[in-house]
Amino acid sequence: MSQPAWPIAMIVLPMLAAPVLVLVGSRRFSQFGAIAVSWGMFAIASQLLQSVQEQGIIRYHIGGWLPPYGIEYVVDPFSSYVMWFVSFIGAIVVTYAGRSVEDEVAENKQTLFYATYLLCITGLLGMCITGDLFNVFVFLEISSLSSYALISLGKSRRAPLAALQYLIVGTVGATFFLIGIGLLYQMTGTLNMAGLAERLPRESGSRTLIVAFSMMTVGLFVKMAVFPLHTWLPNAYCYAPSAVTAMIAATSTKISIYAFIRLIYTIFTDRFAFDALPLGEELAILALLGIYVASLAAIFQDDVKRLLAYSSVAQIGYMLLGISFNTSDGLAAAQSHLFNHAIIKGGLFMAVGAVVYQTGSCHLDAFRGLSRRMPYTAMAMAIGLLALIGVPATAGFVTKWMLLTSAIESGNLVIAAMMLLSSLLAVVYCWKIVEAMYFAEPMIKPRRLGDAPRSMIVTTGLVIGLAVVLGLWTPWSAGLATQAAEFLTGVR
Amino acid sequence: MEEYVGLLNYWVVIFLMMTGFYIVIGQRNLIKSIIGLNIFQTSVFLMYITMGKVSGGTAPIIPPERFEAMNHGGHGHGSDLHADHATPHTHAAEHADHAAEHAEHAAEHAAEITNAGATVDPGADGDLIADELIYSNPLPSVLMLTAIVVGIATTALALALIVRIREDYGTIEEDEILELDLADAKRERAESLRRRDEDFASRAAAS
Repeated sequence: MSQPAWPIAMIVLPMLAAPVLVLVGSRRFSQFGAIAVSWGMFAIASQLLQSVQEQGIIRYHIGGWLPPYGIEYVVDPFSSYVMWFVSFIGAIVVTYAGRSVEDEVAENKQTLFYATYLLCITGLLGMCITGDLFNVFVFLEISSLSSYALISLGKSRRAPLAALQYLIVGTVGATFFLIGIGLLYQMTGTLNMAGLAERLPRESGSRTLIVAFSMMTVGLFVKMAVFPLHTWLPNAYCYAPSAVTAMIAATSTKISIYAFIRLIYTIFTDRFAFDALPLGEELAILALLGIYVASLAAIFQDDVKRLLAYSSVAQIGYMLLGISFNTSDGLAAAQSHLFNHAIIKGGLFMAVGAVVYQTGSCHLDAFRGLSRRMPYTAMAMAIGLLALIGVPATAGFVTKWMLLTSAIESGNLVIAAMMLLSSLLAVVYCWKIVEAMYFAEPMIKPRRLGDAPRSMIVTTGLVIGLAVVLGLWTPWSAGLATQAAEFLTGVR
Repeated sequence: MEEYVGLLNYWVVIFLMMTGFYIVIGQRNLIKSIIGLNIFQTSVFLMYITMGKVSGGTAPIIPPERFEAMNHGGHGHGSDLHADHATPHTHAAEHADHAAEHAEHAAEHAAEITNAGATVDPGADGDLIADELIYSNPLPSVLMLTAIVVGIATTALALALIVRIREDYGTIEEDEILELDLADAKRERAESLRRRDEDFASRAAAS
């Protein structure tokens, strides 16, 4: 029995490459190895995306064992779309990372950095592709453990502490998720998502089912950094090496949202989550609280990385809002925001990394007068910030528009109004940076003169350019997201 | 009463879970929080193993003497080796299903099943065929092997991080570390203010 091996190659390739990099042990080799493998993964993901568009769902049975006994990998419109952009971010950030890593990570740890980076991507993609619930937990832990390690590589002595705090909170969250999986298995005797969807006794109102759902939801909330459980995120993003921040900020919380959407729509069904349980209202409240509290907190930050980290918490709120409407349009908005925000935040953190490389600081003071010293980086940063606010002709506008229309269509006028109002807060904190860059005199003497190295500028420019392109031309972001949402909600 | 005795394992799980969780939240010493985290994870291992257990069930391995009996006495087709080997496998698979069903019931009627367990006579006679054996569900235990590995990796990483924290801060008490961080933040703030003042002064001098 032969089946096309692309789905498994997606996972096996980086997983095997990581130890090879460590064994070879050369810094240069590991850098280029990681770049080659990441772009290879992006190529595979693109290929999978295309074949899903053409032929429909691809199922890969590991070792030829059919479910319920074997583990299957499922590539459907939703997972292929998420894998595609995650592998893109993974590839572009590692291409960008070279100089930044040389600067920020101790020399004897750089090989390990690239190996861990590949493992982190393995975990993230694994969570997307697998159709087995326990596998989701394993991949979740692979990606989390490697991101704890990556965060701890930061230069400041606070980096290990930030990583440890994330580890403690993250492990509690993952264990909650594991408890939920256990309870589901106890009820159904299967771990396969499709099998679970068939067998779960949703109508019975069983308490075990509700407990399982809540456990898994809370567990994923920790990983998503939903508002009251977000405390690990600002420190982790702030003290991690810049390349790590760019990658984790762009992908890791998004994948948890992916898993959450899967949980609702594939396993529990939206009827259970939104009709039998008041998930919609709860999500909307948490999301709005998160948007306002985190945006306000962002306004008062002097450290640009930390400011953007709080803004990430707020942006997670927008995605949850999209989910909370429980309509196909709302879901599409949330999913395209996954992609657009990944591009925008990835690009912004890459630009911040370039500033850190030149000046050695990510304090707001380091950004003063940046437009003169580092014109390209400042421009990328400014465009990224505009996209973050959601100015027309940027990717941020497209998704905010989708969110707004879906809010109005589903009759949530109050939420729509509050969303618009919250954008003003984003204007305030983004303006703080723009003002420093364009309208203030330089203050810190840079370590290196001129603009950032070309490898950094080109990659950052590419990502930020994409944020503009996606604002004008949407088949890749909104188009694929709508398709995925229609697939999940069963609207054709 | 049955609720307490029949669900003893689950009560232990909940007790351990809450103990571990409390230690994680309540302790300010980093090593102690990690110990709490371990207790918390262990409770989940116990929960999985408990739900895989079928009353009166044995480990899912066909006892050698029964396997022999099936090969030679039971079916009498010693020549067809392949078929004979296939038989116990299919039985085993059926039993896995069986065990899963049992686990399902256990969720809602754990107390009932403990009673029922008493009526099952596990090892009545040597020439029973494999069908009458009851196996525990091996899958949760296998899953827990993976989870234990994950737990070990987490603990190892956490301890490694604590070693680095201790090298950098000279303490593993969270309160003291936060105090040091606060002092750092204050210094940075003063530094930034000083820079601003200097900047302002130099600008004033220039004009």
